[in-house]
Amino acid sequence: MTQTDFVKLVMPFKDKVFRLAKRLLVSNEEAEDATQEILMKLWRNKQKISDYKNVEAFSMTMTKNFCLDRLKSKQAQNLKIVHSNYQDHNTSLQKEVENRDSVDWVSKIIEELPEQQKIILQLRDIEEYDFDEIAKVVDMNPTAIRVALSRARKTIREKLTNTHSYGVK
Amino acid sequence: MVLNSIEKLLEKYDNGETSLKEEQQLKDYFAQDNVAPHLESYSVMFQYFKTTKQELYTKDVPLKPKKNFVYQWISVAAVAVLMLGIFIPNVLGGSDSLTLADLSAEEREVYFQTKEALAMLSSNFDKGTSSLSALSNNFNQGASSFNALSLASESFNVGAEKASYVNKLGSTTNKFLKNTKNK
Repeated sequence: MTQTDFVKLVMPFKDKVFRLAKRLLVSNEEAEDATQEILMKLWRNKQKISDYKNVEAFSMTMTKNFCLDRLKSKQAQNLKIVHSNYQDHNTSLQKEVENRDSVDWVSKIIEELPEQQKIILQLRDIEEYDFDEIAKVVDMNPTAIRVALSRARKTIREKLTNTHSYGVK
Repeated sequence: MVLNSIEKLLEKYDNGETSLKEEQQLKDYFAQDNVAPHLESYSVMFQYFKTTKQELYTKDVPLKPKKNFVYQWISVAAVAVLMLGIFIPNVLGGSDSLTLADLSAEEREVYFQTKEALAMLSSNFDKGTSSLSALSNNFNQGASSFNALSLASESFNVGAEKASYVNKLGSTTNKFLKNTKNK
């Protein structure tokens, strides 16, 4: 397998790997490092890649495991991953600012969810995987996934409505 | 009517029972501007999903083709062989040098024959060098006689100069004689 073949194979899902890593690790840099690590691992094992039935699902599983390991080791060191992805979006319209804030708020709410729910929500609502694919990645049966997903969605909405009705962030 | 079906879908959505197609329908609905006010919280959620999906991984991954380690080890092996080549004769070679006593009679005979043959060759060489030295002697003699010749030519030149003096003397005596005649 040449480099171009590999890039072609990896291209469609490298962003998904990155987004999942970022969902779990929060920090942009950490997520970039994790993605790079995952891609390097795939590249190193490129001879075996053809044996995998679903490279994408396999990579997502790898990403999930890698990020969870990473979080665990960070916690063991008593260090928290701190993100510094604060961007300055100069938006003139009040409405846009408000929306932007609410959208940031969603990400903060998702951050507070349990890891399992984070992963499932990410895969379902953002990457639009079907339940069978998610089942492969997280190694759970579809019913359990549905339950976790429902819980995650309800939590987010509940917290969002609270914020909206109180008008505080 | 539309709102009704959306609300139904949202309920299913909250329970995690919607299919991907239905979720796409919801996303399309919330992508537009006029969303019912009581569904505002959903709209924020879907907007977030949409924006997050646009996030891309832009960093380059340094993919190096696997290095062939065999070539690196070849250099190491070459150095090792070189070192062995230098050290082994030093360590082992000292003990196994042969002396005349170690040879059998036959071997000794062959050795002496070879020695004789080589001595003959060298004596012939000596003859050649002696005749060469004779030749070079002759050369030297020739060179010395040549020197003598050049000396002779030099003295000849001196003689010629003197002769020209004599000539001049002759011409002045002639002039003198003429003058006296004219008087």
